[in-house]
Amino acid sequence: MVMTPEVLTLSNTPVLFTVAMLLKIAVAFVVMLLIVAYATYAERKIIGRMQTRMGPTMTGPKGLLQPIADGLKLFFKEDMTPSQAHPFAFALAPMMLLAPAFVAIAVVPFGGDLHFTYDGVLYVVPMQITDLNIGVLFILAMAGLGVYGIVLAGLASNSKYALLGGIRSTAQMISYELAAGLSIVAIFMLSETLSLRGIVLAQQGPLWGIEALKYIPNWYIFSQPLAFGLFLVASMAEINRTPFDLPEAETELVSGFCTEYSSMKYALFFMAEYANMITISAITATIFLGGWSGPFYGWINFLLKVFAFMFFFIWIRATFPRLRYDQLMHMGWKVMLPLALANIVFTGIAVLLWQ
Amino acid sequence: MEILFFYLVAGVAIISAFFVVKCRNPINSALNLVTTFLCLAVFYVMLESPFMAAIQIIVYAGAIMVLIIFVIMLLNFGQTINGRYTHGVAAAGVVSVLLMLVATQLVRSGDATGTGGPVTSALIADVGHTELIGRALFLDFVLPFEIAGVLLLIAIVGALIIAKQKV
Repeated sequence: MVMTPEVLTLSNTPVLFTVAMLLKIAVAFVVMLLIVAYATYAERKIIGRMQTRMGPTMTGPKGLLQPIADGLKLFFKEDMTPSQAHPFAFALAPMMLLAPAFVAIAVVPFGGDLHFTYDGVLYVVPMQITDLNIGVLFILAMAGLGVYGIVLAGLASNSKYALLGGIRSTAQMISYELAAGLSIVAIFMLSETLSLRGIVLAQQGPLWGIEALKYIPNWYIFSQPLAFGLFLVASMAEINRTPFDLPEAETELVSGFCTEYSSMKYALFFMAEYANMITISAITATIFLGGWSGPFYGWINFLLKVFAFMFFFIWIRATFPRLRYDQLMHMGWKVMLPLALANIVFTGIAVLLWQ
Repeated sequence: MEILFFYLVAGVAIISAFFVVKCRNPINSALNLVTTFLCLAVFYVMLESPFMAAIQIIVYAGAIMVLIIFVIMLLNFGQTINGRYTHGVAAAGVVSVLLMLVATQLVRSGDATGTGGPVTSALIADVGHTELIGRALFLDFVLPFEIAGVLLLIAIVGALIIAKQKV
């Protein structure tokens, strides 16, 4: 007997839907936190190897317990608020930075559909917390809100280094947000949807629908290599990773916007950096690399792509020196923005010609 | 359920809007304004216009308010204002109460006709909100859209010329 699958919604099975939803949120959140913790370990190990060092080795087997030890240490340190700081904004800043990174993952699909039978009815659960029909815009909105964390940290600390770091970072994030947003406009023109699930589904099948190319998937990285490069670089600049880490340039600004922070608040800034890295990796994998499609089972493909991007970010950090501030602004406004606009125009012409 | 949620968000919006005026520290005012914008975005979602909600957050909360905070930061304007300004608050309160009376009067004076427009919930669910706005902008109202674009371009060029002048 063939049963027609029924999509789990709030109206047909409220209890089952709520349980499934809470489970999805819990799994996504816990996995993300675990990756955040072990991304710090991976970063230290990989950079260590690239600089012919060992990285952490002492805590646990091969130093595997190092992130937990670091977390405990930061947790028990004294939490200080400078007497000249704005107390409310000072406490709010790290949360404002961390929350958008975690919220943005809610629209990212991490697998295909999950089928299960309950009470004789076949249900379909999409492996995605929620499929907004404006998914990509939601992610851009969350990235825009992330700026507040750094701005407030710089402003509320009432310290010159923090203020300089905050000003730099605001200018940097506003400039590169534009390039990142414009570079993925070309993708919408091809996929004709803003939903991330729709974008993944549009990338199934052989490249450009040509049967002879069936071993190459129809990923947008092949149709839009320029947009891919622009988005990757612009997002890296937006989350202040090396070589764009001017807001926390140690050699000139002590520690930039988080100079005055200590204890768990400082840890939150670091968690936010890695959480942002994961979010950016997940979004890039979804938009350009076909999300969960690939040789393995759904979410394994997706996690592999995310880890590959994270390795790439760490590799970049070990390889490139920091940019100068004027070079950064020059690249953002005079190179990447015109390239993104030109890409949109060419994609528009191509879409018109092929339709 | 939806009504309860609406009142919750509306309460937050009104309280944060009140604090925008009341706060003595410009940073706190700016933060409260961001909260108000977020509440407005929630209203757009409840009115089945998710595209407007996203644009509200991207443009107002993500760009304009960041610029305002940036200016506060650059001008070192972040100090608390210590002087009392009870007169201003009282006058603003009287004006806003009057405005509210006028607005309620306006809303209540007309009768509901019961006729629906061309854009209905079913149409939004079927075609999609983003697509509807895109079609309206680029097909039905393409001339006003282009004129607005040219006007904005002129404004940008003008601002550049004024800013680049050697003083």
